[in-house]
Amino acid sequence: MAGKGASRLIQAGFLVGLVVVWYLAATRWGVNRLLLPNPVAVYDNLFDILRSGEFIDDLQTTLGELAAAFAISATGGVTLGYLISRSRYWIEVFEPLFAAVYSIPIILFLPLFVLFFGLGPASKIALGASISFFPIVINTIAGFGHVDRLFVTAARSMGASDYHLFRHVLLPAASPVILTGLRMGFTTALLSIIGSETLASLAGLGHRIVHLAEAMEMARMFAYIVFVVAIAVTLNAIVSRLEARGKRD
Amino acid sequence: MLRSLAQRPWLMRLIVIAALFALWEVAARFLVDRLFLSPPSQVIASLDKVFGTRGVPAALQLTLFELTVAFVLAVAIGLALGLAIGLQPLVRRSFFPIVLLLYGMPQVTILPLFILFFGIGAASKIAFGVTHGVFPVIVTVVAGVQNLKPILLTGARSMGASRWQIFRHVIFPHMVPSFFAGMRLAMSGVLLGVLLAELYVSIAGIGYFTTLFTQNFDPTKLLGLIGVLAAMAIVLNAVVRRAENHFGRWRAE
Repeated sequence: MAGKGASRLIQAGFLVGLVVVWYLAATRWGVNRLLLPNPVAVYDNLFDILRSGEFIDDLQTTLGELAAAFAISATGGVTLGYLISRSRYWIEVFEPLFAAVYSIPIILFLPLFVLFFGLGPASKIALGASISFFPIVINTIAGFGHVDRLFVTAARSMGASDYHLFRHVLLPAASPVILTGLRMGFTTALLSIIGSETLASLAGLGHRIVHLAEAMEMARMFAYIVFVVAIAVTLNAIVSRLEARGKRD
Repeated sequence: MLRSLAQRPWLMRLIVIAALFALWEVAARFLVDRLFLSPPSQVIASLDKVFGTRGVPAALQLTLFELTVAFVLAVAIGLALGLAIGLQPLVRRSFFPIVLLLYGMPQVTILPLFILFFGIGAASKIAFGVTHGVFPVIVTVVAGVQNLKPILLTGARSMGASRWQIFRHVIFPHMVPSFFAGMRLAMSGVLLGVLLAELYVSIAGIGYFTTLFTQNFDPTKLLGLIGVLAAMAIVLNAVVRRAENHFGRWRAE
């Protein structure tokens, strides 16, 4: 695969070039240090953050909010989706409703959530749960609602009980779509929690970045951005892996 | 009556919506402190007061302007980059993974940087909207050009088509369905980016007024303003979806 090697080379060259340009811009070309810190300083700060463990409190806050929000939206979304999907009629009633709400950027409601739940974790959990609820419920309805009727009839005619029908026919048929919904829900929950921490909060990784930005500690802020992006990419990769594994079974 | 309800899911949908509003009304009137939640009847009745607040119409206009500029820029830049990346196999293999990686990143972490670079005015909102909207366009354009059969390009070229003609009559019709799907995703991305930046810091846009109403504990006006914005988002999304259906029609025939 010569083509593959060449494209890997171009990718590596591009990324190295980017860092070199960044370094030159920060050191030689006189770009204001407040806009673009020296990459070496960012690296040092990142190392310092990891070694000192000062990130642990913020990481715990963010991950705790994420876990709570996702637990709420996953339970609520899958349960409600399943109940609605049991009848064609209710699917037709609710599906357009959820789709319409899904097209609103729910982050708009953040001021309301802050008004209700304060600046602490509760408002982030509530917002994250509401935003991630919609992809989960929509996919659950789609998953259960579009199981081939023939399978259901066949299982019934062979005497399957409600439980057997659910466990061996409906669930396996619907689970790939539901898993996709759960993965989307997880990703959006993470995004909206970091987002709401950035906009209005007292703690958490998003809050830390804004705090450093306001203190004009650019190198440390860049280091935190790298850290948070790495955490987010890792979490998303884990969830995608789980999704793929769940679909294989 | 019951039978007609069973045949008309949309009627039931309206009933569900009405029930939710009734629940909200009751909760706001009897269960929750008036400082935090206002009943919908009051919100709707005082919509004119929201628009009457000095600066609100201008703020809505400004936000709509930011959304429009960001959307147009995102689509134009995304189309150009998508074609540049998608039409050359080597370039596509090299840069498409980078695009996908960037697309998957939580951009909200770099929101403070946008404010530092572009200031607290409209420019930072537009820029943040563009970075949210541009990636879905690139991805869908690349996907759209990718399944273009090379023979169509060779055929058109051998019959003497110019670059523009090839683009207009071969490439463009081919990628229309995925391109419009990308525009729809770009619209939600742009809405998210612009509104995030607005809520983060704003001096004249709607973000300024949501903060103001929140700090004044004025849920009536806050709900009214958010409601208007939500309606705006639904309309913008519906417009793009309508366009998608319209331009994707030929595929089905």
